[in-house]
Amino acid sequence: MKRPSGWSLIKIYTLLIYVWMFTPIVAVVLLSFNPQQFGSFPMEGFSFRWYVKLAGNATILGAFKNSLVLGSLTAVMATAIGIPAAMAFVRYDFRGKETLNTLLLSPIMIPEVVLGVALLIFIRWLQQPKSFALLLIGHVVLTLPYVLLVVQARLVGIKREYEEAAQTLGASPFQTFWSVTFPLLAPAIFAGMLFSFTISFDDVTATLFWATAQNQTVPVKIFGMLRNSISPEINALGAVMILLTVSLPLAAGYVSRRFARGSG
Amino acid sequence: MLAPSLSAVFFLLVIPVCFVVVYSFWLRSPYGGDIPAFQFGNYAKFFDDFFYPSLLIRTIRVALETVALCLVMGYIPAYFFYRTESRFKPFLMILIMLPFWISFIIRTLSWINILGDSGLINHVLMKIGLIDSPFQMLYNEAAVLMGLLQYLLPFMILNIYVSLDGIDKSLTEAAKSLGCTEWQAFKEVTLPLSLPGVSAGCLLVFVLTCGTYLPPMILGGPGNDMIANLIFKRIVGTLDWPFGSALSTILLGLLGVIVYTYNRYLGINQIFKSLQ
Repeated sequence: MKRPSGWSLIKIYTLLIYVWMFTPIVAVVLLSFNPQQFGSFPMEGFSFRWYVKLAGNATILGAFKNSLVLGSLTAVMATAIGIPAAMAFVRYDFRGKETLNTLLLSPIMIPEVVLGVALLIFIRWLQQPKSFALLLIGHVVLTLPYVLLVVQARLVGIKREYEEAAQTLGASPFQTFWSVTFPLLAPAIFAGMLFSFTISFDDVTATLFWATAQNQTVPVKIFGMLRNSISPEINALGAVMILLTVSLPLAAGYVSRRFARGSG
Repeated sequence: MLAPSLSAVFFLLVIPVCFVVVYSFWLRSPYGGDIPAFQFGNYAKFFDDFFYPSLLIRTIRVALETVALCLVMGYIPAYFFYRTESRFKPFLMILIMLPFWISFIIRTLSWINILGDSGLINHVLMKIGLIDSPFQMLYNEAAVLMGLLQYLLPFMILNIYVSLDGIDKSLTEAAKSLGCTEWQAFKEVTLPLSLPGVSAGCLLVFVLTCGTYLPPMILGGPGNDMIANLIFKRIVGTLDWPFGSALSTILLGLLGVIVYTYNRYLGINQIFKSLQ
């Protein structure tokens, strides 16, 4: 097809948007290697000084551990309750289906600050202290809609005939799910888990309401460190988080492509 | 099969949100432990002092500015993705999605490295001798908008792209073979057909802007607080739960009306489509 007129302008505009979007992120990574005290330009060499300092900081390591555990548990729980719901929506017809689907996706459209306040007031009313469990249930609610969306999109693409064939050949509903649907769904489950892990790992808006000094996540820790302006240590911590949350989906994409090719 | 998800959303979202509404009628006691009541004092307090409504108005204004800028910045890249035949397209698409995977707080604070007194822009300007002392770029509304835009632009681009991608390219060809110029074909065919994505993107960006407090807190000055900042300060800072609840209810009500109206006339499912 012929290039639309002004195509080079469109290309340049798009390129500029990319530059605008990524300059700050690249700056964080670059400055994290700057040995200078104030973590600002110009770069005066290249060192791992701030990373070494991070690795020696017990509260930051603790926050990392919290974030990893929280993210993993959130991923498992959100996927475990999300898959059956996604199956129900895609495979069955029932009254009020649209309404229920909208209800389950509604956390996306509710301002996160209100979500944070709501759950906090609720457990206060139940006279429970802020705890790790609060973070976990909060994160499950936050990530559930995304799991549903990802898994539903994938389920729509799996032909029902496969399941029907298995059942015609005598498989029980559970056998059908376990040996037919589940393997076909595995990439979606994986994607859903990854998605919820990352959302949980990165979340700060609602988490700031729920976290305590004992239950800090990395973004909450960064928020606390920001009080005394930006330091090279924050850049280093940011760079570690960027590396972690960006490499995960890229690696997953690579693995799933290999997987798809391997299985034909 | 639906039971686990439904009960999770019901007990952890629906009931807590209802509870916020109930709590907004309670009385604050100075000794901790708020008093259950049914009175409108918290709402009266909101409308008594123009300071509070002005925050709400500012929130709406900033959200509209963000929506407009996202549109201006986002439509052309989305159109680029739609039309490009580059073999790097998948790579470029992944790249535009990458910010989704980077923590909001890092993306927000990253602007300090660019706009700050010793940030990239001031450094370059001073190096080439254009200015002698740093030019103050942080702690104003423009800086807040930078943070908001970087957070929300991918949502807008994706929404528009999903809509554009569903347009049959032969329609544009047909228009052109009937004598339309390139620009006319775009204006008469492509643009109207992409409007569902545009409006979905606008709604999503508007709602997400109204619910956030980080960019004003980190990049803004004292005069840039939005309604979410006030909620955060009242709940986490001064522990004024009833008033914080009233503020949350007002925000929720405003967005609820907007989302409801949108859903009524345009249907909300377009938004969810793009997030897949």
